Amino acid sequence: MWRDAFLIMQKDLNIELKSKVVFNQVIPFGLVVILLFGLAIGKFDSSSLSTVGGNLSDAGLLKDASAGLFWMAVTLSAVIGVQRSFAIETQDQARDALRLSALDPAGIFLGKAGALLVELAVLESVLALCAIFLFGMQIAVFWLFLAASCLATIALSAVGVIYGALASGARTRETLLPLLFFPVIAPVLLSATKACEAAIVGQPSSGMIWIEVLAVFSLCYIALGVAAFGSLLEE
Amino acid sequence: MSEENRMTAVSLREKRAQKATTVVGILAAISLVATVWLGLFITPPDEFMGNLVRLLYIHPPIAWVMFIAYGVSFLSTLLYLWPRTRDLRFDRLAGASSEVGVLFTGLTLISGSIWGRPTWGTWWTWDPLLTTTALLFVMYLGYLALRQLPGDPDVRAKRSAVGGLIAFIDVPIVYFSVLWWKSLHQAPTVLDPTTGKTYIHGSMAYTLLLGFVAFTLLFIYLLAKRYRLAGLKDVYERLSLQEAIEERKLEATAGQSAYENAVSAYGPKDELVGQNSFLEKAGSESEIPLYPSHSSQNNLSIRAQNIRGEII
Amino acid sequence: MDCVIDFQNAVFVADGFPVIAGVDMRVMGGEVIHLRGANGAGKTSLLRALVGLIQIKSGRAIVLGHDLADDRFSVRKDVGLLGHRTFLYDDLTVLDNLRFVQKIARQPKTSLERSLDKVHITSRLLSTRVSQLSTGQRKKTALAALLIRDYKMWLLDEPHAGLDESGRILVDQLILDFQSTKGTVIIASHELDRAMSISTRSMVISGGSIPAGVTRDEAKIVLAAPVDEVDCRYDILTADTDSYPLSSNKSDRGGSVDVA
Repeated sequence: MWRDAFLIMQKDLNIELKSKVVFNQVIPFGLVVILLFGLAIGKFDSSSLSTVGGNLSDAGLLKDASAGLFWMAVTLSAVIGVQRSFAIETQDQARDALRLSALDPAGIFLGKAGALLVELAVLESVLALCAIFLFGMQIAVFWLFLAASCLATIALSAVGVIYGALASGARTRETLLPLLFFPVIAPVLLSATKACEAAIVGQPSSGMIWIEVLAVFSLCYIALGVAAFGSLLEE
Repeated sequence: MSEENRMTAVSLREKRAQKATTVVGILAAISLVATVWLGLFITPPDEFMGNLVRLLYIHPPIAWVMFIAYGVSFLSTLLYLWPRTRDLRFDRLAGASSEVGVLFTGLTLISGSIWGRPTWGTWWTWDPLLTTTALLFVMYLGYLALRQLPGDPDVRAKRSAVGGLIAFIDVPIVYFSVLWWKSLHQAPTVLDPTTGKTYIHGSMAYTLLLGFVAFTLLFIYLLAKRYRLAGLKDVYERLSLQEAIEERKLEATAGQSAYENAVSAYGPKDELVGQNSFLEKAGSESEIPLYPSHSSQNNLSIRAQNIRGEII
Repeated sequence: MDCVIDFQNAVFVADGFPVIAGVDMRVMGGEVIHLRGANGAGKTSLLRALVGLIQIKSGRAIVLGHDLADDRFSVRKDVGLLGHRTFLYDDLTVLDNLRFVQKIARQPKTSLERSLDKVHITSRLLSTRVSQLSTGQRKKTALAALLIRDYKMWLLDEPHAGLDESGRILVDQLILDFQSTKGTVIIASHELDRAMSISTRSMVISGGSIPAGVTRDEAKIVLAAPVDEVDCRYDILTADTDSYPLSSNKSDRGGSVDVA
């Protein structure tokens, strides 16, 4: 299982290195979302401009909501990442190849989730930098932010790969995937946001419960993926 | 004979089930009308809530049916997944129950909002129960969409079961995370309308009880109808598949002679294949068997026409 | 000779449509079967069914000792499919694709080298992305992928299509080589003369059934005969010339072989 997982992960990352679709399309999409959030809810208070040399920031609302907006941008980009991950497999019917490869389905699940995990991690670091610069997000407790991000990314990739496989057999996969993915991922969005808010405010104790929620969520869906991926691939 | 007996037994059971469903339906209708009548005209208005209390006879029973529906759906999903009890009937039951569940979730949200507006002064609040219900609604809409995807019944059932399981695992996680979120900021002050301050009088209690009975009966009726419909759909699919197999077999006999005629008329000449067989030439090496081009454009189209003509 | 494919009234259903509607067929190890039939007759579906990609609905289907009704997975280790689609990753180079196949098949590196030698893939081609390949080059790559794995049976869907003359000869050569190692090959092809010349037996599939090229009753008689006594390299239906015009040449070819 682990060997198969490693092979699949290597293959997916290799494809990404060659094609750079996540790098050239998914990450820029995340940036667009971040910018649009700024336009949608950023408040520009002209009175603050008068304080010369003082605080020129017009990002009050944005700053308060920065953790939520950051995770929203990550979630929206993640669904595109999932779609890409399975577009690889559906082009030229490679999905059949995966079935014919006689690889362990659990290994395929872990491999695809692992590759997606790496891609999302890169995406998140870029978007986090943007949130810091554009929204004025300031992280007081860095390890909490990091822990929450890691666990949330694991959860996103596990659920993403399960639903990606579930939807990839359907002709309507592009429209079905978001409908399935977003509601289920809601607790991840909530927990990651709250944990990051705790990290921003500098109250690690109040963030711990969210770390636990994220850990439970990740474990549940990894277990489900390992157990059920075979029957999802077989359609 | 025994086959015939079995058939009559099945149709008898079917008829009995149908009759029972109709009886449940009539009872549901009567009790619903009675609930409305009692709720609107007989019971007194509440001391604090006034006439708004009349929503009490509807909203909690609807929410109760919603829980029952998802419970049934989850249980039948588990029964389907468990290898020993694997049966497509459980898949159908899970589907039918979620359909009714989604309907009642919608009704719960609507009736709750209508009640919430005058009592709490807002249509909506991000209360754990409300938020979970709303997410449940969209999640099971997705589940129903997933069920609509084409595929063989077994594949479809398995796929739906996994989808249902994913959604169901999520429900408690959503609930507790929203609960903790709220408890960190503000105590859940709102909701829980069934108990608490409202003091329930005799006639009100009976009406509420009747409401529960009425909506449960309605649930059973709807569930039975949807379940039967799902079963009929499966039977229809099976029968049309049978028909398709027969048709395909007919196509086979007609198509084969047509194909053979076409090939013998325009295909490679026998002696060509015999002489130039690659098998035989392979030994004497170097020589590449060259074939006269039968497949000039003109020839091809004649061949195609011929095949089509013969088949039609 | 052992029977590698044994179908009895097998019905396969994909997305509610009976792609294979009752097939009786029996294939011995080492045979090269030419599968013929009009468009939509079920050639591709039969190949997909043989490798366990389609669910069996009724009847009996045993491939290389794996009963497809019980287990559609284990057969995939032994049977290779080369379809219209080549199952390659567009964004990877030819070499990356082949390496991936070699690794998932748990084959030694030498198998990769051997297969490259056989298919004559140039080093320039190796470093080209699959998306930039022509149809013929793709097919060659797919053939190389097929050779890497240690299959006992090949299912080739239109193997000659899109190839140039040298490529076609290469395909024929590979098939014959594989056959000489007791491999079984099923070729679905519209190029009758080409496929006929390398096949040992021909089957016509029509409407997703009866690929024996004979009516059902005749098929039963043939199948009832003790198979061990028949040299399966040549058509067992030699005598049946009326309903099967193309087999008339078989008496010539069969003449050189002893039919016990």
